[in-house]
Amino acid sequence: MGELIDYRLRVNGRERDVAGAWPGESLLYVLRERLDLPGSKNACEQGECGSCSVLMDGKLVCACLVLAASAVGAEIVTVEGLSAGDDDLTDIQAALLAEGGVQCGFCTPGFVVSVHDLLEHNPDPTELEVREAVSGNLCRCTGYGRILAAVRAVQETRQG
Amino acid sequence: MSIALDTRRGRLGESAARPDGVPKVRGQFAFSGDMFAESMLWGHMVRSPHPAATIRGIDVSQALAIPGVRAVITSDDVPGRKTYGLDYPDQPVFAWDVVRFMGEPVAAVAADHPETARRAAAAIVVDYVPTEPLTDPEIAADAPPIHPLGNVLHRQRVRAGDADATGAVVVEGRYETGMQDQAQMGTEAGLAIPGEDGGVDLYIATQWLHVDQEQMAACLALPLDKVRLHLAGVGGSFGAREDLSMQVQICLLALRTGRPVKMVYSREESFLGHVHRHPAIMWYRHHANLDGRLVKVEARIILDGGAYLSSSTAVVMNAACMAPGPYRVPNAVVEAFAVRTNHPPCGAMRGFGLVQACFAHEAQMDKLAAALGMDPIELRLRNAFRTGDSLITGQVLKGTAPVTEVIRTCASPPLPPGGPATTAELELPGGVSRASDRDRVRRGVGFAVGMKNLMYGGGFDDYSTARCRLEDGVATITCAAVEVGQGFVTLAQQIAREVLGVSEVVLAPAGTMGIGSAGSSSASRQTWMSGGAVQAACLAVRDRLLTSVSNRLAVARETLEIVDGRVVSPDGAVELAINEAASGEVLEETREFHHAPTVELDADGQGDAFVSFAFAAHRAVVDVDLDLGLVRVVEITTSQDVGRVLNPVQLVGQLEGGIAQGVGLAVMEAIVLDHGHVRNPSFTDYVIPTALDMPPVHIAALIEEPEPGSPMGAKGAGEPPMISSVAAVVAAIRDATGLELPRAPVRPQDIALAVPGARPDPKPSPTNTEVSP
Repeated sequence: MGELIDYRLRVNGRERDVAGAWPGESLLYVLRERLDLPGSKNACEQGECGSCSVLMDGKLVCACLVLAASAVGAEIVTVEGLSAGDDDLTDIQAALLAEGGVQCGFCTPGFVVSVHDLLEHNPDPTELEVREAVSGNLCRCTGYGRILAAVRAVQETRQG
Repeated sequence: MSIALDTRRGRLGESAARPDGVPKVRGQFAFSGDMFAESMLWGHMVRSPHPAATIRGIDVSQALAIPGVRAVITSDDVPGRKTYGLDYPDQPVFAWDVVRFMGEPVAAVAADHPETARRAAAAIVVDYVPTEPLTDPEIAADAPPIHPLGNVLHRQRVRAGDADATGAVVVEGRYETGMQDQAQMGTEAGLAIPGEDGGVDLYIATQWLHVDQEQMAACLALPLDKVRLHLAGVGGSFGAREDLSMQVQICLLALRTGRPVKMVYSREESFLGHVHRHPAIMWYRHHANLDGRLVKVEARIILDGGAYLSSSTAVVMNAACMAPGPYRVPNAVVEAFAVRTNHPPCGAMRGFGLVQACFAHEAQMDKLAAALGMDPIELRLRNAFRTGDSLITGQVLKGTAPVTEVIRTCASPPLPPGGPATTAELELPGGVSRASDRDRVRRGVGFAVGMKNLMYGGGFDDYSTARCRLEDGVATITCAAVEVGQGFVTLAQQIAREVLGVSEVVLAPAGTMGIGSAGSSSASRQTWMSGGAVQAACLAVRDRLLTSVSNRLAVARETLEIVDGRVVSPDGAVELAINEAASGEVLEETREFHHAPTVELDADGQGDAFVSFAFAAHRAVVDVDLDLGLVRVVEITTSQDVGRVLNPVQLVGQLEGGIAQGVGLAVMEAIVLDHGHVRNPSFTDYVIPTALDMPPVHIAALIEEPEPGSPMGAKGAGEPPMISSVAAVVAAIRDATGLELPRAPVRPQDIALAVPGARPDPKPSPTNTEVSP
């Protein structure tokens, strides 16, 4: 596989060393297989499904489309980095559970990250804006109804 | 409606929380692709690029020479039976002399990095001689056989009443449905770990652990107890995981290398590597009296089974027996058969056999209503099944059959206000990329009713097994039922709480060790079957607990009951917490649950082949751009016969999720086949509904008439939402366009490029006065 390389990524606020890696590895592969962060899922490996959504310097990206070695210097936040601690759920995570937005759960981490990103930038989206914002996240179980209900519930709670 | 997040609460009828919910939202739930073992290798499959070819030789030397490659295996390395199959083992683990579909495995590689494995797979030289693929299901039955077992996979005839009966009004049509993919979000993945005893442990996402184990043991030439399956997290199934995918191959790689081997399919491999929904070609002729009563249904249904048998037998049986839909039909002449072609194998997908038949029989009912000048809802009501009616197989509907209620409640809610003239730009067909004229968008409404048999039938005893252990006031349930996302794990806890009054219910990991089969998580069967087994095991433990208290305290057994988590007698003499009541005793019971027996159909398709049936109706509202051929589904209304609601939120999830897959088949989803080549094996080219495509779902009614024979009165609810939703959406597009549209999915060209003569009666352009603001 040719030359292997070493580099350091900043993930969820921590410096993480990557050693002896093939330069062609995607950020998704490195997160999952080298950094023990399997929360980002691989369902298409071509940026169509959003299951691997992460934040890179505050921007929502598909980790499968980012070359890991090119992410050096960026602040990466994965689903594992969104909640404060092991016993803590974000309001988005709690609402997805409360409204029934989780079935098989494979798409769920990607939705958690993309809804987090949406509400950061647009705290009170219309339903159409929500649908548009999460249209890059595919779900095959729910038909989206309960996921949209969860987003609505978060909006209502945050608005007070 | 929402869920209390306390996973220690929730009895039957309540929206209890999923026990796997918290790890799933935190990204900590271990799916099969998340498995890891020290020193594990990565497996990769070598697949045929040809739909039909003979193999002259396979040269693996260049692959083996690549540093980091640990093993390459082919059919020569399969120690046991070289084929497998759910019904009959006609599918090779690895093709050895003949390739019968594009994507068929030919070899597999294990290497210490996935990229090395991919490169090694590419370095294997297979000497193929491509042959002309058999791709036309209409000629397949009479074409030269492409498999030693011939080209007819299964054939079922159904004859009822007088074959020569005729009606005053006759309508006919030819209908087609495409090859749909389950497109479950988690691709196939597994981890095989060689055991010190020469056996193997496989962590896998599947739908039926014990049937995988049987097939694998035969191929691996190992006794059953050396093939140990452990359920890994399942990222959806919908039928895709009923057949073996990589199970045998990764176990062989692990046994060969003596190291754990992990394999994860890419999305492209997932499209190529699991069975799909059978495409169907269906000819129907309906005869009716002038009052709308059906006299006779004639149907000929050809299902493209692809290269191997899979579950074609059951798909044919469903389509044949329920070809007319949920209606009384005194006379019928039906023939359904599945043929072998050089297409990817087809098998189970949600609603199998009936999604196809419903598409045709509901189009026929609309045609018949038009020919009679009768309201299509009224026509359906006039013929709707009731308890006591018979299928064309002679089987009498002994259970609940609230078809009339389902139709009435679904048809009656008001239609959504507004219309194309006032719809927001983004909500018009095509959304932001829309380029056509708003005045050329038409609204249409369509309606359809469908039915689904629950559980396996045709004489097969698909029992389930469960164990309940009560210790220190904690119930532990062991059952090999596969959680695919549907929420069986939630239901199992609800049942245990309901029966035993405990709050803490632990679910032991599902596997093949130490517990019998639970049957498949398919055919809308686990709530009834494994729910029934869990309930029976819990009831047995409850009985022992109460008997023990009765003996110890000399209280009459029949006066004791469990109320709010305490064993009590009505006079108040006994009031014990569950753990006190057990008095240190550990109570454990295992039960099998069997449904009522069914029989195999006879040569004329007669016999009580099914256990129970569920019914649903859908009304679809669509906006269609006549020039671009784009469709936006505006709203779906549904009513469903559910027997009893056991978990409201989970039930809604099944309805909405099934409808989404129905909308997909209606307007966008089909595997594109070109001379046997799969042309769209990716989410770029095979599109499934996004949140923008999926309309709001309005649940008009959940009909709760407890089903006799069902352990909790409930009917399986997963499949009916997928069945008539397809037919309803296409009916709505017909209403909007006036086109016949005999094929699902409806493609843009079917609308935009329809020949002018085929557009008899386009709806008039809506004016602003028609539209409420």
